[in-house]
Amino acid sequence: MKILVTVKRVPDPEARVKLKEDGSGIDTTNVKFVVNPFDEIAVEEGLRKKEKHGGEVVVVAIGPSECTEQIRTALAMGADRGILVETEKALDSDTIARILVKVIQEEEPDIVLMGKQAVDDDSNQAGQLLAAYLGWPQATFASKVDISEDLKKVTIVREVDGGLETVEVELPAIITADLRLNEPRYASLPGIMKARSKPLKIVKAEELGIDITPKVELLKLEAPPERKGGIIVKEIDELIEKLDKEAKVLPF
Amino acid sequence: MGILVIGELRKGDLRKVTLNAVTAAKILSEKTGLPYDIALLGSSIDGVIDAAKKLEARNVLVVDKPELENYLAETYADVIKKIVDEKGEKYVIATATTFGKDLLPRVAAFIGAGMASDIIEIVDGENFRRPVYAGSAIASAKINTERKVISIRGVAFEAASPGDSDSPVEKLDIQPETKGKIYVGLEETKSERPELTEAQYVISGGRGIKSAENFKILEELADLLGAAIGASRAAVDAGWVPNDWQVGQTGKIVAPQLYIAAGISGAIQHIAGMKDSKVIVAINKDPEAPIFQVADYGIVADLFKVVPELTEKLGKIKQERGG
Repeated sequence: MKILVTVKRVPDPEARVKLKEDGSGIDTTNVKFVVNPFDEIAVEEGLRKKEKHGGEVVVVAIGPSECTEQIRTALAMGADRGILVETEKALDSDTIARILVKVIQEEEPDIVLMGKQAVDDDSNQAGQLLAAYLGWPQATFASKVDISEDLKKVTIVREVDGGLETVEVELPAIITADLRLNEPRYASLPGIMKARSKPLKIVKAEELGIDITPKVELLKLEAPPERKGGIIVKEIDELIEKLDKEAKVLPF
Repeated sequence: MGILVIGELRKGDLRKVTLNAVTAAKILSEKTGLPYDIALLGSSIDGVIDAAKKLEARNVLVVDKPELENYLAETYADVIKKIVDEKGEKYVIATATTFGKDLLPRVAAFIGAGMASDIIEIVDGENFRRPVYAGSAIASAKINTERKVISIRGVAFEAASPGDSDSPVEKLDIQPETKGKIYVGLEETKSERPELTEAQYVISGGRGIKSAENFKILEELADLLGAAIGASRAAVDAGWVPNDWQVGQTGKIVAPQLYIAAGISGAIQHIAGMKDSKVIVAINKDPEAPIFQVADYGIVADLFKVVPELTEKLGKIKQERGG
């Protein structure tokens, strides 16, 4: 089966975010960029499915040329080939989805795996938008994915408010990965070496024949309101006193 | 033209989270001069209609069909598109629960709308503010399409109180189509406690709790305060508690009166889910734990000593005060 996985280049989520003075974005000096953690999980799932059912894993990234780094990471994990849709333009979830439609029309994958959200933008939209544009079913927030023997259906467990929901979708479908779907493997040294010579095709977004104007514009970034500093208390009695008399939050 | 609020139903009731979306709709309504309607989709949902009528909507629009018994994005999005087209709605709004997050983007694509997710502020009819980078920054987003979809961060908008309105109800005869997906079932996390996102008191446990069994020590304290119990990612990943107890950037966002974090180090992603709590208490053995940076009151001690003692002492006070 042909498995298509998307990877987004995001700033390291463990690093402290610094905003540019003018609020036009984040300060990227000395910032390490990684594969969006949820997309890494999607890549891992793609690899496991390939290992079980055979086929190939194609990795797609959309953005500036530096995104090839993230594609190589996925190739080093074991993906077979990569595609970069290159653009310097600002994109929103909708543009991403519409670009992916073009890629998918060309590649005709049996299944598409994506992270449920990107940890920089936190929109959690691209997979759902893509499914809608394709007219495919969607299974978001997947914590378990099982493909049927005949490769026609997938049973997915989804993490939802209230518990775990099971659905069954017909392929082709869009599945978005949640945290506990799997634990991604580390790229091995041989994997990293091999990745260098795996095929990586670059196409320009502007040449896809679609309008890549975003529907949602990011105007500025501001710091969130700061919490007033707190105190360390030494005794439980003191804590109770504070909660009761100072913060006044006890319900009795 | 109007604003369409998508009601979220659970087990034959209108989920409280819908009331937060109604408040957001009221604000949007004030800013745009457009009225809001409430859409209810489901099967045999007459019981929910009465509650929805009291929310001062222009209309309560009902699609009551057996095919809608279990929510499926594909089926629901299709129906909502038809409502939007038929009624000329300009905005679609719902709370960013797993229902809202799964459904709304699909609706947005069908109706040609740009969508802003998890918004915390409605500046005007086109401009919205929303957290990004796990809440480390607030983005100002402008939706440039004629139709607009927004999911709201529930805790950023007060729950609307039912009033004494008696909105007209319109039952729409839209035939849902299900394609490509079947609902199989729900393994429900059963709890007598308040819902995490609605609770005024939340007690969360993290890696420091060390086992599923140990989570019990939070229960008595939770009972005393009428609290919901939450968890850090570590505790859920370890399988000690269910997935929907996770508080954080990609889990539940909570903003109770009081949030007590026990044995939680305070990773950026966890803080993203609770930093708008009114009062934060942190209990952790490690004085360097980042959680102390957001806590109003921190106590550097063993939670296995602190929590039981806190429970005992608060229990006495509650009794004394006849609580």
